[in-house]
Amino acid sequence: MDKTEMLELYKQMVVIRLFEEKCEELYQKGKIGGFMHLYIGQEATGVGAVSARRPQDNVITGYRDHGIAIACGMTARAAMAEMLGKATGCCKGKGGSMHLADKNLRYWGGHAIVGAQIALAAGLAWADKYRGSDAVTLCFFGDGATNIGYFHEALNWAAVYKLPVVFICENNKYGMWTPIEKVSAVTALRQKACAYNIPSDVADGMDLLDVRSKTEVAIAHCRAGNGPYFLEVLTYRYRGHSMGDQRPYRTQEEIKKWQAEDPIGKFEDVMLKAGIPPAEIDKVDEEAKAIVLDAVQFAEQSPFPDNEEIWTDIYAED
Amino acid sequence: MAVLTIARAIATALAEEMERDPTVVVLGEEVAAAGGTYGATQGLYDRFGKERVIDTPISEGMIVAAAVGASMNGLRPVAEIMGINFAFLAMDMIINHAAKMRSMFGGQFSCPLVIRTTSGGGRQLAATHSQTFEHLFAHFPGLKVVAPSNAADAKGLLKSAIRSDDPVLFVEQATMYSERSEVPDDREFLLPLGKSDVKREGRHVTVVAYSKMVGLSLRAAAKLAEEGIECQVIDLRSLRPLDLEPVYESFKQTNRCVVVEESYRTYGVGAEVAARLYEDCFDYVDAPIQRVAQKEVPLPYAANLERYALPSVDDIIRAVKETLK
Repeated sequence: MDKTEMLELYKQMVVIRLFEEKCEELYQKGKIGGFMHLYIGQEATGVGAVSARRPQDNVITGYRDHGIAIACGMTARAAMAEMLGKATGCCKGKGGSMHLADKNLRYWGGHAIVGAQIALAAGLAWADKYRGSDAVTLCFFGDGATNIGYFHEALNWAAVYKLPVVFICENNKYGMWTPIEKVSAVTALRQKACAYNIPSDVADGMDLLDVRSKTEVAIAHCRAGNGPYFLEVLTYRYRGHSMGDQRPYRTQEEIKKWQAEDPIGKFEDVMLKAGIPPAEIDKVDEEAKAIVLDAVQFAEQSPFPDNEEIWTDIYAED
Repeated sequence: MAVLTIARAIATALAEEMERDPTVVVLGEEVAAAGGTYGATQGLYDRFGKERVIDTPISEGMIVAAAVGASMNGLRPVAEIMGINFAFLAMDMIINHAAKMRSMFGGQFSCPLVIRTTSGGGRQLAATHSQTFEHLFAHFPGLKVVAPSNAADAKGLLKSAIRSDDPVLFVEQATMYSERSEVPDDREFLLPLGKSDVKREGRHVTVVAYSKMVGLSLRAAAKLAEEGIECQVIDLRSLRPLDLEPVYESFKQTNRCVVVEESYRTYGVGAEVAARLYEDCFDYVDAPIQRVAQKEVPLPYAANLERYALPSVDDIIRAVKETLK
C-alpha cells in the first residue's frame, strides 16, 4: 500500500471515530433521536474491507452503519444531516442513524432488521451476475445475525447459485448484551459457512492491513466466478450495543484489553514505520476534525423536512 | 380474443412481458421444469431458459429477499410464493423491506417486483393451507395488492403489475385456475392497478367483492334478478390502492351495500369499505351495510364443514335481502 493510500484510509478511520464521538454528544443533547449504534473500535473492519472494492462492487450492512457509510464515500455532511433528521440528509431525514444509504456509491444501506441485509445481498449479487457484470457484493453483519434464519437461507442460496457475495461477519463478541458463546452452538462463526460449502477465513479486525488483504482474497475468489466467500473479522465495539447501554455485562479489563489494540493507533504505528512523518499524520488529524465540525455545522443549519414530505416517495408516482 | 383459463392467462402475461423486457425474470418453487404447481408458469422454462426461469429452494423469506435485492439492482423479478400461507415466512421481507425500501431511503431505491401467490379455501387442505389474508398486506402503504376475478383481468392486471415500479402482491384464488373466459390477445392489454371495475349494473343494491367472491356475487345477482332485485356488482380488483369511487357512485343511487370477502369479517375488507361508506356517504345510508365473510374459525378439513364455513351464494342473497328489509 502506498503512503497516500495509507493516509487516506487513516483519515477515513479518524473521520469515523470523530464523527461518532460527535454523534454521542448530539444524542445526549437530544439532537439525534431513535436508536443509535456506534462503530467505535470497529473502524478498521469497515475501512479495510471497503477499501478493497472496485467502484462497481456493492456494499450493504446492518444498523451499525455510520462507519461503513463513510468508508463507502458518503460525505460526513450527508450522514450527519441524516442523523439530525434534516432534509439534506442522505435519505431526506426519513431513515435516520440505522438507515444511511447512497445508491450512487453502490452503498445499499443500512438495514435494521437483523440479518435481512444478508438475504438482500444475495439479490443484489444475482442482478449483477444476470447482467454479466463482474461486480462483487460485500455484505456486513454482526455475530448475532448468524443465528437468524436469513443467514442460513442466504448462505445456502448464494452457494447454490454461486453468487459473488463476500459475507463479512463482524464478530464483536456480543449480540446486544449477550456474549456470542451463550447463544451460538459454535463460537468460531466461520464454521457455519462450512455447512454450505463456502470457503472462509478469519481476519484481525484491529488490523486494517489484515482485513484489507483478506478481503482482497475474498473478492478475487468471488470475481473469478467461484461463488460466495465468508470472512470472519474479530473485532470489538468499545461502546454499548446502542446508546443508553451501560455495559454492565462486560468488565473494564476486557474493554481496556481491546482498546490497547485500538485499530487507529495500530495503523498509526504502521504508517510511522513506513516512514510517514508524524507531521503529516497530525495534518490528517486536523483535516478530519475540520470535516466533522463542518458536517455538524452543515447539519445544524439545514432545514427539517417539510411536513408535506411525508406523502412523497411511497410509490413510484409520488 | 381467445378463451383461456386463468392459469393460461397468467402464463401468457408472463411470456409476453418476458419477451418485451429482458429484465423480467421468474423465480419460485417448481416454477421452472415443472411449470408451476398450478401450471401458471407452463412453457416459460423451455422458452426463456434457466437464467430467467429459476427453481428455488423451499426458502420463502429468501425467495422474496432475492427478488427485492435484485429489483433494487435493476431486475424485474416475478417471485412465486406457492401459497399465501407460506407468505408468513416472508412477511418481514415483504412488509419491512419491499414496502419501505423507497420511502425509508428517501426515494433512492425502488422495488419493481411482483410476488404472485395463491389464496383461499375450498380444497380440503385444512386450517394452515386454506387461508385468505391478502388484506393484511393491503394494510401497509408502499405495497400494491391486486387480486383478479377472471382470466382477462388476470392477464391485464399482471402485465401492469410487472411494469409497475412498485412492489405488487398479486393474489390468485387457488380454486379458480381452470376457470375460462375470453382474454384479449393484444400484447398491450393493460388494466390499471388501483381501479375498481363494475361487473354488473343494477340500481337496488351495491355488492362489493374481489377475487373469487366476484363470481359468487354475480351468481347471486343473477338469481336475485329473477325476483326483480337488481344488484350493481363492483370488483375492487386492487385492495391497495383502494378505489371506492365507483362504490360511492353506486351507493348514492342504491343506498344499500353488501361487501363480500372470503376471509373473516373482523378487521377485514368489508369493515374498511363499510367504514368509508359511513364516513363519506352517511346521508345516503338507508340500511345497515352487510358483510358476508367466512365464519370465524380455522377452516376445517371435512368437505361439509369447509363448505359451511366459507361464504356462499345463498349467504350473499340473504345479505342483499337484509338490506332491503
